[in-house]
Amino acid sequence: MVKDQEFLEKKASYCLDLAKKLGATDVSVNVGSSISETVNFRNKKLDESNRSDNLGIDITTYIGKKKSSISSSNLLQDNLNILIEKCIETTKNTPEDEFNALPDRDLLAKEIKELNLYDDNHIENDDKIKYLSRLEASASIDKKIVNTESSFTEDKSNFILANSDGFCKGFKTSSFVASSVAVAKDDKSMERDYEYTLKCHLNDIKSPEELGKAAAEHTIRKLSPKKIGSEKIAIIFDKRIAKGILGTFASAISSSAISRGTSFLKDMIDQKIFSGSINIFDKPDIVKGLGSQSFDSEGVKTETLKLVEQGTLKHYLIDTYNGKKLNLKSNGRCGGTSNLYFDNGKISYKDLLNSNSKCLYVTETIGHGSNIITGDYSVGATGFLVENGEFKYPINEITIAGNFKDMFKNITLADDLEFEYSTNSPTMMIEGMVVAGK
Amino acid sequence: MSNFFEKSDLSRSDAESIISETLQKCDDGELYLENSKSESILLDDNKIKNSSYSSDLGFGFRAVSGEVVAYSHSNEISKNSLKQSANNLKSTLKSAKGAYNHSIPKSNKKYYQSINPIEQKTLNEKVEILNQVNNYLRSKNDKIKQVTANFSGEQKSIEIIRSGGESLTDVRPLVRFNVSVMLEKNGRKETGVYGIGGRQSYENYLKEDNWKNVCDEALRIASVNLESKPAPAGEMKVVLGPGWPAILIHEAVGHGLEGDFNRKKTSAFHNLMGQKVASEGVTIVDDGTLDNRRGSLTIDDEGTPTEKTVLIENGILKNFMQDRLNARLMKTRSTGSGRRENFRHIVLPRMRNTMMLSGKQTQDEMIKSVDKGIFAVSFGGGQVDITSGKFVFNCTEAYEIINGKIGSPIKGATLIGDGPSILKEVSMVGNDMMLDPGIGTCGKAGQGVPVGVAQPSILINKMTVGGTKL
Repeated sequence: MVKDQEFLEKKASYCLDLAKKLGATDVSVNVGSSISETVNFRNKKLDESNRSDNLGIDITTYIGKKKSSISSSNLLQDNLNILIEKCIETTKNTPEDEFNALPDRDLLAKEIKELNLYDDNHIENDDKIKYLSRLEASASIDKKIVNTESSFTEDKSNFILANSDGFCKGFKTSSFVASSVAVAKDDKSMERDYEYTLKCHLNDIKSPEELGKAAAEHTIRKLSPKKIGSEKIAIIFDKRIAKGILGTFASAISSSAISRGTSFLKDMIDQKIFSGSINIFDKPDIVKGLGSQSFDSEGVKTETLKLVEQGTLKHYLIDTYNGKKLNLKSNGRCGGTSNLYFDNGKISYKDLLNSNSKCLYVTETIGHGSNIITGDYSVGATGFLVENGEFKYPINEITIAGNFKDMFKNITLADDLEFEYSTNSPTMMIEGMVVAGK
Repeated sequence: MSNFFEKSDLSRSDAESIISETLQKCDDGELYLENSKSESILLDDNKIKNSSYSSDLGFGFRAVSGEVVAYSHSNEISKNSLKQSANNLKSTLKSAKGAYNHSIPKSNKKYYQSINPIEQKTLNEKVEILNQVNNYLRSKNDKIKQVTANFSGEQKSIEIIRSGGESLTDVRPLVRFNVSVMLEKNGRKETGVYGIGGRQSYENYLKEDNWKNVCDEALRIASVNLESKPAPAGEMKVVLGPGWPAILIHEAVGHGLEGDFNRKKTSAFHNLMGQKVASEGVTIVDDGTLDNRRGSLTIDDEGTPTEKTVLIENGILKNFMQDRLNARLMKTRSTGSGRRENFRHIVLPRMRNTMMLSGKQTQDEMIKSVDKGIFAVSFGGGQVDITSGKFVFNCTEAYEIINGKIGSPIKGATLIGDGPSILKEVSMVGNDMMLDPGIGTCGKAGQGVPVGVAQPSILINKMTVGGTKL
């Protein structure tokens, strides 16, 4: 069982009290407990079981404007005593920073919203095994599939965040995730692809058959890929890739990148950075939402933000430290976004495919080619050539490149938004990017 | 050395009997105990932004039967906790009928000292150097808009207890020093990053000459990038500089030669043993035995002494990198390549210091032979799709080559290639092999481990450059 609220609160208040006693003027503590159980299958047989029992504590102590932090997985009192002493000692020797502070008291969350993020159901490993057997049976029906791997993880977590201004709150969350990876082979090539399902509640995950079938289909259609020439071409990003572009946008508007001057979106508040049809929301109170939360990692309450309104940037993602530096109030985004999404576009998926006589449909990108300082983007890509709305053949060993400043202005979205992840996008088309191939 | 049983209700002999009882019908397995201490001190935006310290303690208990691995880990080193883990392992491996393999090679060689780098210098000394770094750089160039510098240090003590009570231990120091600068000129911003590190004390890095070198190099790279033009798009010849660009070798072929992917036949190399996979003159080794290097290990995380493993010799595929599980199933021996990020993770076959050895040509000859191409001096991260063999990496310093001469610097572009065929496209191997400065971390299955790379300059006949200029 994960540790209960009482155990975590006791540890947190012990640390708060001791740190205060040793000279800290302010303290914040996060204590967490999680238990995770995974079963892995490979080629229809049990491959691995893994049980993970985790405890952890993070303590930040302030002496005036001096700050230092420690973390540990050893919660025995002896060890906590040594660590807190060390933390206070380090704090004394760390130079002052005028912006160091706990969050403003009036911004702290007063309540925990009931968002249904915890499912007490437990699925025994034997039942995970039954699910994975059905999954792999579906994944390996086609003879072209030469290898299957799948995995089922159940995770239960609990935490308490407490600070010396009296904040002390936490909540339980659970997640159930099943994934299927298939390898397919023909004379010319070997390819891999996947599908997965991740939910807070056991009963909401996809059926094993649906998952296995999808992974196999995704993989088989990638066989015998071609390489295309280098050209300017409209690119359609599958939802699972499109959400990554939204993620890059979120990093570029984080208050730390803005205050350090290391973002291409610095000084762009109230400027038009997307085309006029684009709206972006960050909504923390979606019931069963994978990114849902009542407060951020500093205890500041989180409310829905319309980050981009009709193409215009309205908010940065602000935490306490960088907020003070920028002379802005925290909007509860220490640790990043909650449920981040593009609002639906106006045209259907089918019309999007048909909007150019020829386009590249990207299903996977590799590499770390997003530069949020310059906005430059260049990554390896895998996908399909689409002509007149029809998928013609798979493509690989190409790169796609552009600059986010231009890319953002050329986004067209389909109307097929679903909430499958914590960051979600409808299918996305960007015109004017460069493909490098032959 | 840590005494893991000192403050626990679990005695060493209790632990030994639980281990032996749990593993008696298994083929392999062990109790892995770990105690690590780490620190990080970060200067950013003219201030010490962060000083943090972390201590991590726990165990991972593994049982292996046939191809099946059962694993359970916990932070609590106690009798109850170990018994609960033992029950978990037994319930997964109900029908195990193996015989435990007690044999494990031994060696007395050590490749680094059992020191704790964190304790060797005071916080004030480290803070002082970071402030000097900041002042030095900002006084050197008025285009500097941002300086970030950090020290990180770690000491990890591990003990492996096998069935029958055999114990293997290691104490691993690791330090790193990193500097990043951002320049701005006419509204354009570019960065340069450089760092050094290894399994040793901070002593070397705190010398003035050394940290100044790191600063100068970061500033030089940023200055080059400030003048860069859009990169070309399409297939062309690529000259790679010596040292760190060997992450190409790491991504393109290294991962594909790890035992697990080949046992599972998901690697593009799985059926190529003994065959020609690279041009003549290409020899690649994976070496865990270099003194004080970031990727070196005295023993791996299963207790096997590390070694220098020849992967490709003069173009011919000779060996995969193996841990005990994959070695047993592939009927070969462990190459001391079994690694894990920490006690929360299972062992996987991983790289250590992956090196392409020197050939005979000079870098000059390579550049002169190229009509149109690029010269890549440094890279950021890379990634590979093991199954299709396609890999990428991002240039952080590169130049165009026109008619045998190095031209303008070009913007960071992604290069993409095909792992199994790229080494056959290597047409010249330089005489200037160099080790990287000690900064690599390799990610696999969600686990990061420190690694090293090395190579001489090489000429690749054909790669796709992912620029924007058609």
